[in-house]
Amino acid sequence: MNAPTTELLLTRRQHKDSALHRLLRNPLAVISAVIVLVIALLVVFADLFTSISPTATDLSNALQGPSLAHPLGTDEIGRDIWSRLLHGGRLTLAGAALVLAISLVVGGASGLLAGYFAGPIDTVSSWAASLMMALPALVVLLALRAVVGPSILIIMAVFGLLISPMIHQLVRSTVRDVAAEPFVEAAKVSGLSDARILGRHLLRAVRAPLIIQAMMVAGMAVGVQAALNFLGLGSGTVTWGGMLADSFALVYTAPQLMLWPALFLGLMTASLIVLGNALRDALDPRGAPPRVRGRRALLAEVHDTGHGGSLEEVGDEAFLDVRNLTVEYPDPHGGALAVVRGVSLSVREGEVVGLVGESGSGKSQIAFSIAGLLPEVARISGGSIRFRGQQLVGLSRRQARRVLTDGIAYVPQDPIPNLDPSFTIGFQLTEPLRVVRGFSRAAARERAIELLGAVRINDPEKVMRSYPHEISGGMAQRVLIAGALSMDPVLLIADEPTTALDVTVQAEVLDLLRSLQQTRGLAMLLVTHDLGVAADICDRVVVLHQGAVVEAGQIDEVYAAPRAEYTRGLLASTLAEADPREAYESPEGKVVRDA
Amino acid sequence: MRDIESRKEPLLEVHDLRVEFRGRAGRKRFTALERVSLDVRAGEAVGLVGESGSGKSTLGRAILGLVEPSSGSIRLGGREITNLRTRDRRALASELQVVFQDPYGSLNPGLRVGDILAEPLIASRDSAAQARAEVLDALERVHLPADAIDRYPHEFSGGQRQRVAIARAIIRRPRLIICDEALSALDLTTQSHIIDLLLELQAETGVAYLFISHDLSVVRRLCHRVAVLRRGEMVEFGEGAAVTSRPTDPYTQALLDAAPVPDPAVQRARRAARLDAA
Repeated sequence: MNAPTTELLLTRRQHKDSALHRLLRNPLAVISAVIVLVIALLVVFADLFTSISPTATDLSNALQGPSLAHPLGTDEIGRDIWSRLLHGGRLTLAGAALVLAISLVVGGASGLLAGYFAGPIDTVSSWAASLMMALPALVVLLALRAVVGPSILIIMAVFGLLISPMIHQLVRSTVRDVAAEPFVEAAKVSGLSDARILGRHLLRAVRAPLIIQAMMVAGMAVGVQAALNFLGLGSGTVTWGGMLADSFALVYTAPQLMLWPALFLGLMTASLIVLGNALRDALDPRGAPPRVRGRRALLAEVHDTGHGGSLEEVGDEAFLDVRNLTVEYPDPHGGALAVVRGVSLSVREGEVVGLVGESGSGKSQIAFSIAGLLPEVARISGGSIRFRGQQLVGLSRRQARRVLTDGIAYVPQDPIPNLDPSFTIGFQLTEPLRVVRGFSRAAARERAIELLGAVRINDPEKVMRSYPHEISGGMAQRVLIAGALSMDPVLLIADEPTTALDVTVQAEVLDLLRSLQQTRGLAMLLVTHDLGVAADICDRVVVLHQGAVVEAGQIDEVYAAPRAEYTRGLLASTLAEADPREAYESPEGKVVRDA
Repeated sequence: MRDIESRKEPLLEVHDLRVEFRGRAGRKRFTALERVSLDVRAGEAVGLVGESGSGKSTLGRAILGLVEPSSGSIRLGGREITNLRTRDRRALASELQVVFQDPYGSLNPGLRVGDILAEPLIASRDSAAQARAEVLDALERVHLPADAIDRYPHEFSGGQRQRVAIARAIIRRPRLIICDEALSALDLTTQSHIIDLLLELQAETGVAYLFISHDLSVVRRLCHRVAVLRRGEMVEFGEGAAVTSRPTDPYTQALLDAAPVPDPAVQRARRAARLDAA
């Protein structure tokens, strides 16, 4: 439940706008689009911008500087550089367009079909794609040139075919991911034909990555074509690559000849790539995440606002004491959005406190703040967190880390993603013991087995040898609890520790947490949305709503006689006491009872 | 309203269903469902409860034609719909719809709500004006404002997205909606609002629900009858009130006892009982 909320904070956009507007707001996009457009227009309508033939030689006017007749001067046999530049771009751009069209049509269509239908289509097309990728492109092009002669367009068409596997693989993998989304299944249930689903959902999903890839391919095609012409393998007419080759011979005597074709080639290629990136950002309606200005310290400076917003007076015995905590995230307009607003709470030694609230209440953000796990973009903008008398707000990452390993442990919501799939459980449990606590290999292993026993895992030796995918969710959560205990914490922060588990497993894990808490005298801060889970394990409860504390107190009192309107509503919406559905009445109005 | 074909015949009838998944090369087959029989009457809500791996979602997907049963039969309105041809399966969209769990994944983030809701109408070949009227009507029935039509899914909260998903399911006025953990990703208060909405829509249109959930208390509130699945087999099927408070099967009883209730005194008593049993 935490991840989506946090993600929303980072990506939500308040105002509606179109892809075009978003594109126009990006200065790099506008500049690169203008460059591509201007070059394309100059090249396509070359005859409007110059009246001189690109091949007309005039030896008496060789190697002239810019003049009215020749805006960019002339080359070594007196040809007009401006005219050659414009006319030379034609073949270059036509070749790039051909490469693009062929690779998009062939690679895009085969990728779409392979990704959506899977099965034999996928097998055959992937095999063909691998085969084509294994071919050395340049060698094939050189051989082809020997067979068909110096026709650059045929060579570029084959080049398009040769790089179509790149497009194929991109489209295939994107489509495969999207085809598994529930909205595609919903479309199938809605009776849409495969063609409709491909066009409506899958083509749309591949659009953004495809555009950026297409720009890359276009840039590459311009480059390859210039290279072939530079090597003298292209057609005999004027090209940018050919101009580069001619000027290369005179690089010592007339280096300026190289400038113009190189400039046009470079500008064109770079602009295509920049434009591709900008287009991708603009096409995603969620937009790019807001940029973080500068790096922020993990925990910001101490800023005690002083006003007593606390609902609860806390004595000296509190060993975790949070006062007026405020946590902010940047919003897309450069402002800040407070997700935790002046929260005060405390945990006494050996006490279990529940942090209860719905999504968006800020409960996980408070847990992150205490455990030093706030994401980089978040900022503690006010308040204090004292753990055993020590101020945690304002500590450097390294200092905070030391305090945390010496007393606070964290148990996350979803156990499986929190274990590294490529290492055994044993390695993941012993590594911190060896690195942080300096245990020997044997001692760490012994300790890990002991911890797995403590979390009631029956065959610890076997679990130590297992990889995360080989154990169940409940087992994985026990492993994470064992890992949390390995640093001998005095405070355990558990963030929805049982939400991802089945109810029967949840009951076992709650029993385990309760007994560990009692035998080790652990204090616990339990984040949960489930009032039943809080009732099961907590001594005290803090109810949160929209980033602020609405009520706090002994759990029996709060549940029996909630003071806040919000808590009353929350308790009333639980279904445990709700009436069951009345008996079924058939459409004819007759009550039907089951035997 | 549609006429009811046969008074004796239930709307949905699943008989002796078996679903097997082919293991990857070298691995053995996995039986997700075995000997499962179930029926849903017109206008009825039937709950399907179980833990992860119980096969409850597989049963829903088999009815929707998203997985292929190995044997057994599924009948809708008296007609066999197991292993339908693609064309016939598409035609079923007017009678059978779905609401999925994930209110984020079940709506295409790149489409406006209006386009998402119009999707089932594409197959019914409505005119654009007609489709728009239908979409506005569906939005009203799920209590979303008409201007939602031009907005994208990410502009809505989880509960509102689930209303959009429900609007998409009801727009063709189906006779049966499969709700696959449709409330599980929602907050408590949002959950109870969506339950009210589902009850309201059922009273208005007489649609039947097959409501798949891991949560007995949700099912108790919403469903006339409840079936409990465990490891692909049905352990209990009966009146909702009875199954969710006085179950005959020990597994159902265990599920019931494991679900924590928001009453510290009850939880303390249960914990003591669990420790005694251990």
